Amino acid sequence: MKRYSVFAVAREALRWHTGWERAWRSPQPKSRYDVVVIGAGGHGLATAYYLGKNFGITNVAVIEKGWLGGGNTGRNTTIIRSNYLQDPSAAIYDKALQLYEGLSQDLNYNVMFSPRGLLMLAQTHHEVRGYKRTVHANLLQGVATEWIEPAKVKELVPIINIDGPRYPVLGALYQARGGTARHDAVAWGYARACSAMGMDIIQQCEVTGIRTANGAVQGIDTARGAIDCGKLAIVVAGHSSVLAGMAGFRLPIESMALQALVSEPIKPCMDVVVMANTVHGYMSQSDKGEMVIGGGTDGFNNYTQRGSWQHVEETVRALIETFPMISRLKMLRQWGGIVDMTGDRSPILSATPVGNIFVNCGWGTGGFKAIPGSGWAMAELVAKGTPGPLAAEFGLNRFREGRFIDESVAAGVAH
Amino acid sequence: MLILTCPHCGVTAEETELALGGEAHLKRYGPGDSDEQFEAYMFARKNPKGVHFERWRHAYGCGKWFIAARCTVTLEVFGTYPAQTARPPADLLAAIRAKRPSADLSDWDAATPEDAQ
Ligand SMILES: Cc1cc2nc3c(=O)[nH]c(=O)nc-3n(C[C@H](O)[C@H](O)[C@H](O)COP(=O)(O)OP(=O)(O)OC[C@H]3O[C@@H](n4cnc5c(N)ncnc54)[C@H](O)[C@@H]3O)c2cc1C
Ligand SMILES: [Zn+2]
Repeated sequence: MKRYSVFAVAREALRWHTGWERAWRSPQPKSRYDVVVIGAGGHGLATAYYLGKNFGITNVAVIEKGWLGGGNTGRNTTIIRSNYLQDPSAAIYDKALQLYEGLSQDLNYNVMFSPRGLLMLAQTHHEVRGYKRTVHANLLQGVATEWIEPAKVKELVPIINIDGPRYPVLGALYQARGGTARHDAVAWGYARACSAMGMDIIQQCEVTGIRTANGAVQGIDTARGAIDCGKLAIVVAGHSSVLAGMAGFRLPIESMALQALVSEPIKPCMDVVVMANTVHGYMSQSDKGEMVIGGGTDGFNNYTQRGSWQHVEETVRALIETFPMISRLKMLRQWGGIVDMTGDRSPILSATPVGNIFVNCGWGTGGFKAIPGSGWAMAELVAKGTPGPLAAEFGLNRFREGRFIDESVAAGVAH
Repeated sequence: MLILTCPHCGVTAEETELALGGEAHLKRYGPGDSDEQFEAYMFARKNPKGVHFERWRHAYGCGKWFIAARCTVTLEVFGTYPAQTARPPADLLAAIRAKRPSADLSDWDAATPEDAQ
C-alpha cells in the first residue's frame, strides 16, 4: 500500500495523477480462512482490522453481500459521542471516541473526524433531571461532559429558539469532544488498511448458509461458493436474525427502519451537533452545507430500507419549532436503513450457542460512533474466544440473567 | 404507511392509529419454568425477513388486540385475525403458502405441539 501524504499529492500532481493505486484489492475468495467476518460495514471491517493489528491474525476474509459500507454505515447521520449513562456503555463508547481521535493517522486515511461539540437538549423537567444524572455518571466514569444553561445553549447555537411554546429549551447535556466523521471514509479507511494487511474483502457475495458440525462452525455457503473457516464473526446489523437463523439460534433483536434526510446546502449556520430527544429529532450541518436530519425508528419490523412518510413529517415538525429558520428549506434526499434493536438499547458482542461463531450486533440506531471500539473489543473476543473487559458485559447471557445495560431511558431516541 | 383492517370493528386503520405489540403466538412460560424458557419467551425473536405474524392494538379506535400476517420485505399484508386465536387460521396459511411457496411456516405445520396436546 502506498501511503497517502502531502508528498504523494505533490508527486501525483506532477504526473497527471497516473500513479494512484486502488484503495483495496478485489480478490477471488480462497477456499479457507482462519477467520471469516460476515458484513463489510464499519463494525465488520474494524473487527478484521484489529484482528490483524492487535493479534496478528491476517488470514481473514470480510464477506459482503452488497458494496462495502453500503449498509447502515453509509446511511447514518454520523453523530459521535460517548456520554452514555451506564458504565459498560461509557467504557466501550469512550474507547471508540478515543480511537476516532487518532483514526485518520492510524489508518493513513482522512476520516474527517470533526469533534465540533454535541448538545442533547433538555426540553422537559424530566429530561433536565435525567441529563444532570448522566453528567454525574460521566464524571465518575472519567468522561468529560457538562450541564449547560439555556443562555449558553443559545450562545453555542444562535439559530435555536430556546423559548418555543411547547418545548422550551431548559438546558443541555454538552460533550465538547463529541461531533461527526465522514461515514464512507471510515469504512473505506478500514477496508484499505485490511487489504494492505493481506486480508480479502469480497463484495457482491451474499452468505446463504452456515455449515456446522459437532456444534461448531465449519464454513459458509455464499453466492460465490463454499468457504471454510476456523472462526466466524457475524456482523450484519439489521440482518443478524437472518444469519443467526442459518446457524440455528435466535437473537433478542428486532429489525426496524430508521430514516434520515438532508436539505439543500446552505451557508454555515450551525457548527455543533444538536439532538432533541423529547421531540425525536436531531440535526447537524455537513461540510457541504446540507442540514443532516434524523429522528426515531419507524415502529415495526421491516427489511425494506424504506420508512413511512409520517415519521419524516414528525421529525421535521419537531425540529421546525426548535429551529424556525429551517422551515423554508427544501429537503433533497431521504433514505432508510435497517437497524438492529435490542430491548435494553445496548449492543451484543458475544459467543453464541454454536462453537466458534461470534456475533456483534444490536447497535441499533447508534453504532457509527462505536465502530473503532466495537472492532477493538470484537477482535479480542474472536481471537481469544473469551471477551475482554470492554465486551464482557455485552454478552447474550445478560438476557437470560436479567443483567440489562439499560440505555433506553438515557438515550430516549436514536443513538 | 402501513394499513391494516381491524378484525374486530372492521375499520381500515392507518399505522398512526395502531400500536405494535410484537411477535404473535409466543409460547408463554410461568412459575417453575427454566431460565432458558423465560429467555425464549421474553427475548428470543424470529424477526423474520419475510412472513411475520405480529400483535397490534387498535389503540386509537376500538382498543382491541389483533394479529396481522404480513411480509417484512414487501410490506404486503396477508390478513388479520383476532388476538384470541391460538394459531393462524388455516385459510390464511393456505393463502400465504400460495403466494410465498418458500416461506418457512413450519411452526404451523399440522402437528404443532399445541395441536398434539
Ligand atoms: C438513518 C440512520 C441514521 C443513523 N445515525 C447514526 C448516528 O448519527 N450516529 C451513530 O452512532 N449511529 C447512527 N446510526 C446507526 C449506525 O449506522 C449503525 O449502528 C452502524 O452503522 C452499524 O454498522 P454495522 O457495520 O454493524 O452494520 P452495516 O453498516 O449495516 O453493515 C452490515 C453489512 O452486512 C451486510 N450483510 C447483511 N447480510 C449479509 C449476508 N447474508 N451476506 C453478506 N453480507 C451481508 C450488509 O450488506 C451490510 O453492508 C444510524 C443508522 C441509520 C440507519
Ligand atoms: Zn378496531
